Amino acid sequence: MSVAESTLVQVQAVEKFYRRGSETVHVLEGIDLGVRAGEFLALMGPSGSGKSTLLNLLGGLDRPTKGTIEIGGERMDHLPDRPLAAWRARHIGFVFQFYNLLPVLTAERNVELPLLLTPLSRAERKRRVAIALAIVGLAHRAKHFPRQLSGGEQQRAGIARAIVTDPTLLLCDEPTGDLDRKAGDEVLNLLQALSRDHGKTVIMVTHDPHASARATRTVFLYKGQIVTEMPK
Amino acid sequence: MKYLHLTWSNLRRKKLRTLLTLLSITVAFVLYGYLAAIRVGLSAGVDVAGADRLIVRHRVSIAQPLPQTYQARIARIPGVAAVIHQSWFGGIYQDPKNFFSQFPVEPESFLRMYPEYLLPEDQKQAWFRTRTGVIVGRATAKRFGWKVGDRIPIQATIWTKKDGGRVWDFDIVGIYDGAQKATDTTIMFLRYDYFDETRLFGTGNVGWFIVRVKDPDHAAEVAAAIDAEFANSSAETKAETEKAFVGGWARQIADIGTIIKAILSAVFFTILLVAGNTVAQSVRERTEELGVLKAMGFTNALVLALVLAESCLLACLGGGLGLALAWFLIARGDPTHGALNVFYFPVKDLAAGVVLALALGLVTGLIPAWQAGRLRIADALRKG
Repeated sequence: MSVAESTLVQVQAVEKFYRRGSETVHVLEGIDLGVRAGEFLALMGPSGSGKSTLLNLLGGLDRPTKGTIEIGGERMDHLPDRPLAAWRARHIGFVFQFYNLLPVLTAERNVELPLLLTPLSRAERKRRVAIALAIVGLAHRAKHFPRQLSGGEQQRAGIARAIVTDPTLLLCDEPTGDLDRKAGDEVLNLLQALSRDHGKTVIMVTHDPHASARATRTVFLYKGQIVTEMPK
Repeated sequence: MKYLHLTWSNLRRKKLRTLLTLLSITVAFVLYGYLAAIRVGLSAGVDVAGADRLIVRHRVSIAQPLPQTYQARIARIPGVAAVIHQSWFGGIYQDPKNFFSQFPVEPESFLRMYPEYLLPEDQKQAWFRTRTGVIVGRATAKRFGWKVGDRIPIQATIWTKKDGGRVWDFDIVGIYDGAQKATDTTIMFLRYDYFDETRLFGTGNVGWFIVRVKDPDHAAEVAAAIDAEFANSSAETKAETEKAFVGGWARQIADIGTIIKAILSAVFFTILLVAGNTVAQSVRERTEELGVLKAMGFTNALVLALVLAESCLLACLGGGLGLALAWFLIARGDPTHGALNVFYFPVKDLAAGVVLALALGLVTGLIPAWQAGRLRIADALRKG
């Protein structure tokens, strides 16, 4: 794939394998992928195809065995732990399937968490949290604990937490996997709006063709390899 | 400080578990406070004993009397600056359980020897004038509600009076305070001249001598010279520093320090396991959350610090509460109602308690924090 000027994510010849005793388990092989800035990309594939592993590599949660990953022109796959953590804080927003909100914190305190890593003042953090919650339509639920929110609301709080630092890249792992169709649609609408209206680059892992239909492009993974690419 | 809310919220996650752990730590530190106060009580006087004072007693036992005539011979020994004597009266006020010490002394020389007993000048003069006069320490006066001018009957257990009576009536002419917190203010001092003239037997004898040496560095030589002076006499002596004497007295009960250390070691080892288990369990239960924090950009060191902060907060809250409670309860007084002459929570033990609480937090949090710090994000998220 040719590297366009607007390419934000560039994955080249990435492999990931684990050693289990004498056996080598190949999870990803020869992955080449480019994602343009502002693109909404869906990663689809059956269980064990390596989608989540690829997402982890893109988010700096794991390192490739071979190959390179550049995001925003910066190679991040070989950064040591501490700079990699700082890089994640600056560039990546994660949305998880099961929301992963801290149950002991209110929605606004959950959203504030990534901002604790910044030198922002308390007042500025509060201001940004309010904006993020307003974007996801949850301003009125700011003081509620996760157990007081519906699944869809929890996921929207999770999205607010992911975008509150204005990251370069939004990585979503099955964001509608635990939601009913209506709530799932609301979340997909939101992700679509973030990409379309706010210029956010979104990469979403999903099993659901209904969800992938909302993306601007879908990449299929099968047994650790990209098998088909279907631009929309 | 911006992470304090997160740390506090994590402690409130399982309120009952946190409360029970907090209470265990609190109880341990209350016990710590009490044991520190008891240690002070049982070794009372050791810390404030005069380095320049010697105690001269009968070689066989302090219960054996010494002739008062020894006083002049001791005074002549080179290196001796002053000599006074004291005796054991051993009286009871109303009830045997109302125990406190009473010593017959010679008022003027006694007060010169013990400047740590603070007595107003008019009360000193009153004592010098009144043969039946006694001075009592503030603690005992407070305990029995005595005030200057009161006449108190003391039932003798040893010293029958010449008239055959065993009840000695004394006039309280002064109430003294201690110059230091550890100064014993439970003792009553009566006049030796009145005591010696009134008692039926033992006239001319005293219990022991207190000697002030000119140079504390030569106290051992002076003590040896005193013992040599009375060697091969009918009443041989044993002279030693006041510190050694008081310390030896305390050791007759037991090696208090060792016993207290043993009890505290057992208590804190148990608390270490209880608090350590709470923190470890709490960390295990939120492996996935820690993974999420790391995914957001929290470094390994920060996650480690957050877990340590949590265990330290728990230990410091429990410890602080326990120390404060101990301070409050101990300030209300000796729970034995007089068995301990001195009973207070020393500030240095309080400070050591604060350090101990912090150390408890660090030790209990160390392993879970280290494990949390090392947690791989992908593994942590998978475990969820």
